[in-house]
Amino acid sequence: MKERTKLLIMLAVFAACWFLPVGSDRFMSAVGEGLKLLKWYTQEHVLLCLVPAFFIAGAISVFVSQGAVMRYLGPSASKIVAYPVAAVSGTILAVCSCTVLPLFASIHKRGAGLGPASAFLYSGPAINVLAIILTARVLGLEMGVARAIGAVAFSVVIGLLMQLFFRKEEAARQGEGVVVMPDEETDRNLWQNGLYFAAMVGILVFANWGKPAEGDAGIWSTIHSAKWLVTGLFALALAGFIWRWFDKDELSDWTESSWTFAKQIMPLLFAGVLVAGFLLGGPEGGRGVMPNEWVGSMVGGNSLGANLFASVAGAFMYFATLTEVPILEGLINSGMGKGPALALLLAGPALSLPNMLVIRSVLGTTKTLVFIGLVVVLSTFAGLLYGAMF
Amino acid sequence: MKIEILGTGCAKCKKLHRLVEKVVTDTGNDAEVTKVEKIEDIMKYGVAFTPALVIDGTVKAAGGIPKAAQIEAWLEEDTPEG
Repeated sequence: MKERTKLLIMLAVFAACWFLPVGSDRFMSAVGEGLKLLKWYTQEHVLLCLVPAFFIAGAISVFVSQGAVMRYLGPSASKIVAYPVAAVSGTILAVCSCTVLPLFASIHKRGAGLGPASAFLYSGPAINVLAIILTARVLGLEMGVARAIGAVAFSVVIGLLMQLFFRKEEAARQGEGVVVMPDEETDRNLWQNGLYFAAMVGILVFANWGKPAEGDAGIWSTIHSAKWLVTGLFALALAGFIWRWFDKDELSDWTESSWTFAKQIMPLLFAGVLVAGFLLGGPEGGRGVMPNEWVGSMVGGNSLGANLFASVAGAFMYFATLTEVPILEGLINSGMGKGPALALLLAGPALSLPNMLVIRSVLGTTKTLVFIGLVVVLSTFAGLLYGAMF
Repeated sequence: MKIEILGTGCAKCKKLHRLVEKVVTDTGNDAEVTKVEKIEDIMKYGVAFTPALVIDGTVKAAGGIPKAAQIEAWLEEDTPEG
């Protein structure tokens, strides 16, 4: 950093502090709302939801064979298989947003081509396990499911359209050699790994089992009353699997990679929560600095304009991993419609101004513009549809 | 000898970079360590999973951080005698 830049930053901070509206009720209450939201997240979402989710993400990145997935996205892969695989592989490949772009570039240049690469680029960030788990937990199960289904379905559509628009260039494109695969060796077979993941998912699902509505005496409330028992059984099973099937090195790799995710994501998420609370108000509907009427007038209801605005804003805005969730929660509490919320979720994490520039360096300007256009249009329609349904 | 670390700048890539520099210093190797961050350049090596470790143009590891002992072994293997 240049000395002059440092001076400018210092002056900006100085000016900001000088004019800090400390006495103003609005400002003070917004700060309070930010802190309240942070406290609520810490109490409600960290221990039971984020911590198990980090362990699952860590396990995926260490134990799931990523090379095996790439085989279905290679140059000789069947096109019918490549699209759906590209659409869902984000769950296991894209746990960190910085891995999406190299994978995208290599699928495009050396692998199955533009269509599957676009499909992967679109769905990857939206369907990674951490994002889905936190969306479902904070914004409600149906929003989490809609996000996953929307991302997968649209990614196939976007991939096919990209392939269709640029089919001539694609036919002329030559594969540029093979992709180097990571080395992998394991002593466990598929069902052992399957049981191990099932036990972790079981813990996550049952520990977070929601309290049923008052007077509801059906199966859901029976499960709720036994949730700690079920969670405990899953935990015991997990401990058993770990003891029987894993060696020390694997366990230390696993904890280390879970820890890496935690270090990478927690600070950003907490900062995001604080900012969202400050701008948009806390969990009990307190007010942030941004007036609710603004939010309502721009993205309230389920009009075409609201959905389009949410899609475009989402496409250009940069969300650090998972911060889209608290920001959306704040927006929904201040009057954002459910349709526009989904539109933002679908357009948001897939695109941002900085990663558009990287995509452009891989695809060129025309294809990038078409890709962005497709994302915005499809997200808008998904929002309209979802808003009409719920 | 030329060692290249491929990665767009995520946490794992930085960690691999530090590890390699440490191994090089510890073993007294005179290898030159460089970082390759541009995605077009990474693509030239055919690497899909970052971080990756390239020694004299050959991809040694991709998609994870190898153990320090393994890196040392690679360095020794590729250093000409004398």
